[in-house]
Amino acid sequence: MNENVEMVATTGGRKTRSQLGEVLFRLRKSPLAMFGLAVVLILIFCALFADVIAPHSYSKQNLSHMFEAPSRQYLLGTDEFGRDILSRLIYGARVSLQVGFIAVGIALFVGGLLGAVSGYYGGWIDNGIMRVMDVLLSIPQTLLAIAIVAALGPGLMNLMIAVGISAVPNYARIVRSSVLSIRGMEFIEAARAVGSPDIRIILKHILPNSMAPIIVQSTLGVASAILNAAGLSFIGLGIQPPYPEWGAMLSGGRQYIRDYPHLTLYPGLAIMITILALNFLGDGLRDALDPKLKR
Amino acid sequence: MTMNANDLLLDIRELTIHYVTDNGTVHAVEGLNLELGRGETLGLVGETGAGKTTTALGITRLLPVPPGVVRGGQILFDGEDVLLKDEEEMRSIRGGKIAMIFQDPMTSLNPVMTVDKQVAEMIKLHRKVSESEALEQAAEMLDLVGIRRERLRDYPHQFSGGMKQRVVIAIALACDPKLLIADEPTTALDVTIQAQVLELMKNLKRQFGTSMILITHDLGIVAETCDKVGIMYAGRLVEYGDTKSLYDNPNHPYTVGLFKSVPDLEEDCDELSVIPGLMPDPMDLPSGCAFHPRCSHAEEACSRERPVMIEIEPGHFIACPVRARALGKA
Repeated sequence: MNENVEMVATTGGRKTRSQLGEVLFRLRKSPLAMFGLAVVLILIFCALFADVIAPHSYSKQNLSHMFEAPSRQYLLGTDEFGRDILSRLIYGARVSLQVGFIAVGIALFVGGLLGAVSGYYGGWIDNGIMRVMDVLLSIPQTLLAIAIVAALGPGLMNLMIAVGISAVPNYARIVRSSVLSIRGMEFIEAARAVGSPDIRIILKHILPNSMAPIIVQSTLGVASAILNAAGLSFIGLGIQPPYPEWGAMLSGGRQYIRDYPHLTLYPGLAIMITILALNFLGDGLRDALDPKLKR
Repeated sequence: MTMNANDLLLDIRELTIHYVTDNGTVHAVEGLNLELGRGETLGLVGETGAGKTTTALGITRLLPVPPGVVRGGQILFDGEDVLLKDEEEMRSIRGGKIAMIFQDPMTSLNPVMTVDKQVAEMIKLHRKVSESEALEQAAEMLDLVGIRRERLRDYPHQFSGGMKQRVVIAIALACDPKLLIADEPTTALDVTIQAQVLELMKNLKRQFGTSMILITHDLGIVAETCDKVGIMYAGRLVEYGDTKSLYDNPNHPYTVGLFKSVPDLEEDCDELSVIPGLMPDPMDLPSGCAFHPRCSHAEEACSRERPVMIEIEPGHFIACPVRARALGKA
């Protein structure tokens, strides 16, 4: 210490909650968000430990047990090949979550990069990128995904790419708008005044400050990615049999819906609950990340 | 205005900066000449819109382009013209040789980074050191400005305004710059904290041997901290000199008006005198001397000829031929 110290703040000893702790604390106050979080955690658990918790194989056919109603042996019944529906749903969670998170990851990476560059530099770069995004936005997202997957061919990876690319414009727009709002702030000018290169300013100063809307959009985006993937699988452009995908299971059970509704009921419920949970979680996160937004 | 060229850290010659907008051209800085010696502190005083901040941004080449355009002139820093440097060279000058302190400490720190990391970032950008060394140097720097070790890992919102400005000062001085540009560093702080921060800056400036340009509209602050003063009006320097001689003997009619509009504690007066009229529209500056429409000494020639700087005392210049003649100097 030296002569320059005239007054030191007295708040040094105070216990402070971390930012993450603060958000989790607020999130806990919303029962719907907690329900959403619980469902998502259960799904992640199912996906990770599918091999251990699934009571049966997802692909082993047992033609003497076709179309069985729920029983103690087959908790949710069996499908047209005598496969256990519960096991198939558990394995299906793996695909759905994978598609949801990786597709959003792709969309976020590509869209985030384009949005950040466009928002930071402005001018003709911004104009060029955003007009391309506008063109993509003018094509319905599902149709765009169908076109991409039809061009690439079916399969898990192509499905994720198609769903991801079709969501890019949404992320580009959100990231661009948050970059625009942060870019004008004085600490960005201060960062330039200490000689930070542009890339560092974008990655270290702008993006961390615009995380809140991006996190919220991503959570909601996982839900729509899962729904999109299920839709593509339903029309046969997604996951190929025998691997269980919820949308493909719906599609497979469709022709038996009159006599054996449980073939379509359970995958449908699985999709619905997952989407609902992710949306609850997204809404909860939005409120928790932005305490000023009171309703 | 001449000094031994070796003693000059900064020499601005005929600097002209315009902002070109759809509505017209804003003449923010017009033919500005300014000198700053090593270790000196220069106070740049003027009203809002006089071109003080634009000058500062011009020196660091941080002008928003477009609309900012440097129309002409030279900015010699350490003998080299910064206007001719490429972006790469400018980045190493910014922060490393010329550091800036901004007006509002509330917004000039990144809200999601701990303060020690923000100081360390400056160090890492300009010195070849490891992360841990940078953090260690940052801690020492923050200690120097009076921020205790246990607060290093705190975020900006956990500090008061005065403490934040200390952090900003620590960042600015972290790489031992030759020139520190402080753009109204105390405007956002309350008066008691202002005194502390100014005292701190004065001490550190002496400790590091840094030259400083202090931009302000507070004549009191200048009197306390600066060796030289430049008074700016409508993008031009109208009076320049040692603080003492300028304060004892202000001569340009604008400077005189400024001093008259400051309340005097000793005297009892009901109404402060004001300078009649308003700052001219920077898109449409008056011809000749920009101050002539508001000036009580104005003559017919004032509206025609642009005044040059005239030395009225050793080291004391005014851009007013009328007053200089009255003093028998022209």
